[in-house]
Amino acid sequence: MTDNGGQNVRKLWTPFNVIVGIILAAGAVLTVMRFTQGIGAVTNLDNNNPWGLWIGFDLLCGVALAAGGYVTSAACYIFGLKRYHSAVRPAILTAFLGYALVVLALHYDVGRPWRLPYPIFVSQGTSSLLFEVGLCVFLYLTVLFIEFTPAAFEWLGFKKIRALVVKLTLILTIFGVVLSTLHQSSLGALFMIAPSKLHPLWYSSYLPVYFFISSMFAGMSMVIFESTLAHRYLSRHMDDTHHQEAPGVALGFAKAAAFVMAGYLGIKLIGIAIDDHWRLLATGWGVWYLVEVIGFVAFPAFLFAMGVRERNLIFVRWAAAWTVLGIVLNRLNISVIAFNYHLPSHERYIPSLMEIGTSVFIVTLGIVIYRFITTRMPVLHEHPDYSTHSPGQERT
Amino acid sequence: MNTLFFTLQDFMVHTKGITYLIMGGLLVALPLFWWFLTDRDDENETWRQ
Amino acid sequence: MGISRRKFIGCLGALALGPAMGIPGTARGASNKEFAGWPGSLGVLHDITKCIGCRKCESACHRVNNLPDPETSFEDLNVLDQKRRTGADVFTVVNRVDNTSPVFIKTQCNHCLEPACASACFVNALKKTPEGAVVYNEKLCVGCRYCMVACPFNIPAYEYHKALAPRVTKCTMCHPRMLEGKRPGCVEDCPAGALISGTRDELLAYAWDRIRTYPERYVPHVYGQHEMGGTSWLYLSGLPFSRVGMREDLGTKSAPELTAGPLSAVPVVVGLWPVLLTGVYAISKRKEKIAEQEKQAAVADAVDQSRKEAQNRMETLRKKWDQEKQSAINFEVKKALEEAAVKASEPSQTKEDE
Repeated sequence: MTDNGGQNVRKLWTPFNVIVGIILAAGAVLTVMRFTQGIGAVTNLDNNNPWGLWIGFDLLCGVALAAGGYVTSAACYIFGLKRYHSAVRPAILTAFLGYALVVLALHYDVGRPWRLPYPIFVSQGTSSLLFEVGLCVFLYLTVLFIEFTPAAFEWLGFKKIRALVVKLTLILTIFGVVLSTLHQSSLGALFMIAPSKLHPLWYSSYLPVYFFISSMFAGMSMVIFESTLAHRYLSRHMDDTHHQEAPGVALGFAKAAAFVMAGYLGIKLIGIAIDDHWRLLATGWGVWYLVEVIGFVAFPAFLFAMGVRERNLIFVRWAAAWTVLGIVLNRLNISVIAFNYHLPSHERYIPSLMEIGTSVFIVTLGIVIYRFITTRMPVLHEHPDYSTHSPGQERT
Repeated sequence: MNTLFFTLQDFMVHTKGITYLIMGGLLVALPLFWWFLTDRDDENETWRQ
Repeated sequence: MGISRRKFIGCLGALALGPAMGIPGTARGASNKEFAGWPGSLGVLHDITKCIGCRKCESACHRVNNLPDPETSFEDLNVLDQKRRTGADVFTVVNRVDNTSPVFIKTQCNHCLEPACASACFVNALKKTPEGAVVYNEKLCVGCRYCMVACPFNIPAYEYHKALAPRVTKCTMCHPRMLEGKRPGCVEDCPAGALISGTRDELLAYAWDRIRTYPERYVPHVYGQHEMGGTSWLYLSGLPFSRVGMREDLGTKSAPELTAGPLSAVPVVVGLWPVLLTGVYAISKRKEKIAEQEKQAAVADAVDQSRKEAQNRMETLRKKWDQEKQSAINFEVKKALEEAAVKASEPSQTKEDE
């Protein structure tokens, strides 16, 4: 993978472009199949397993990993941690793209995607947690879009409207945190309606809290992880401020993530205690649960702590990637792996290659759009006309 | 408001519907009130006893 | 929120004994409301001990609902040996409990009093009707399939192979027929008396009556009385229900009760989060302002201090200078005077000086 978007001579047949091209072409074929032959033609979903990879990965993981947007903007604008300023724009962009792709993925998963606005505009099923999720995702996507527009306006040179949006920064950030709190937790609460289907080690009345708390360190880890990748491949588009602030952001978020993870482990333990599920830990499912909680939460939390103590960014980066994997594992456990655990193995769901292909296609689409935007708009660097280093400009 | 409900489900659809409207109102009202509260903060540093 | 479980169960238990139903929600205005379901709503009692596995109910169901014919005809009883479930165009199935047993059980939507599917639906496409049936409105359905996730009995099915307008499908308790005053198709065609329709209250009373009259024939449990808050479809069995493939671990909490907690947390977050976050913002902003003021004060102080020091130094310098100047003047004056004095005593001393 080489970055060739900038001022270099553009080569068409780079390995990155070839791989992306193949994936996008395959995605186009799958899209046509999905919308001409139905969901059943491309997925292994059935009547016992109505939700698969497209919900478990594309929706649940997509939303959790896009939490970097609200975490970073809250740190910078609400808690006043100005050192994180250069991380806000990339995080907002990732969040916006993440949510946009979640909505795109939903178009594949639901039966009649053109009716996706129905819950908001036609018939409000207010007793459903999915209604809450849908409303919040819709509103938050709008908020993220507005939050990101200053970068586009700087690129396009629309000064007046940019100044107007910048004035809304604080209120948009607060809205963003409120909406994120609600839908991150509600995604967990979706499963509270099915206590008979989700394995008791994962089913808990704390599910919404677990989802919300884990979204925080998911977001922070994703910011670190994404910044690592961006430094490797998009370094030329970063300004000095970004380069100087990045290690501080990584160490600061590592510290925060480690401590939040400690708290998360604490409430996970309490969850086991209040439901008295200690004995289940000794079963096969219990071992798997411990793999998730110890291997993918406690271990990376410790790695983060070591990284912070030693001021070792390599530890921090590995811990971030490991935590991201842990979030994916947790969301898949709840939605697919430990869901319907009681069914005999031949009735269980295993995603089809075409389902996996569609998910890969959507992630690839995200990477391509991210690269397109960051190589053009002032995301990883500040626009010279609006730089905070020249006096009289408000930071955005 | 005096609709008779026979199922918790219908009751919840009704009450949560109203709650969502109130929530929308709150999200508008709270920022406005904060603005009203802090609007004159910078005017001067004196006060009436 | 809402219902106290014990009261809810108590209420249903009272129903079984058949007293007159009070108007639900008499505790109006209190947070502890009670709901006992639509009064006089209908249901079906399935006496598993009487089912002979003839599949007449299945064929009746297909006929009245205009469902496409299955691959094997309804006469073929071999399918009873496979474990089947409801599907996109199969609203009800009869399964043999196990290969050797003469016990059969019919499965279809149980029409919960507080349906999990309706609670889960974010467009209200599923509804509990006053007649007792849970019906689906395909004009609203988005196809998210959360109803299927929510259903504790794994009943709703989906038309996965329709590209344009896939629907969720399930038994409607023959709601259109009910409105005409007819019985559900399956009940009407059952030759063994294993299906009886009536109001749920009557059926419950009848079921318990059967259990009391034939205690050796039935397990003392009417399935559906309390399961998931109660269902309109009720079951009597000679074997424990878990042995006939029905889950006994569903609990008695209805779906809306399961989600009431997180749902009621939502408005609290909306009400308080902006307050909390604005507070944090204001505090951090104020700290910043104070830090700035302190910095400015410190700078001003330092400037003041250094100016004073400079002034002092200047003063002393000037004084010193003045002194030096004075002394220089004095010296010069003295010198001039002396010179004058010398000139006066010329010339003898001049030579001495040189």
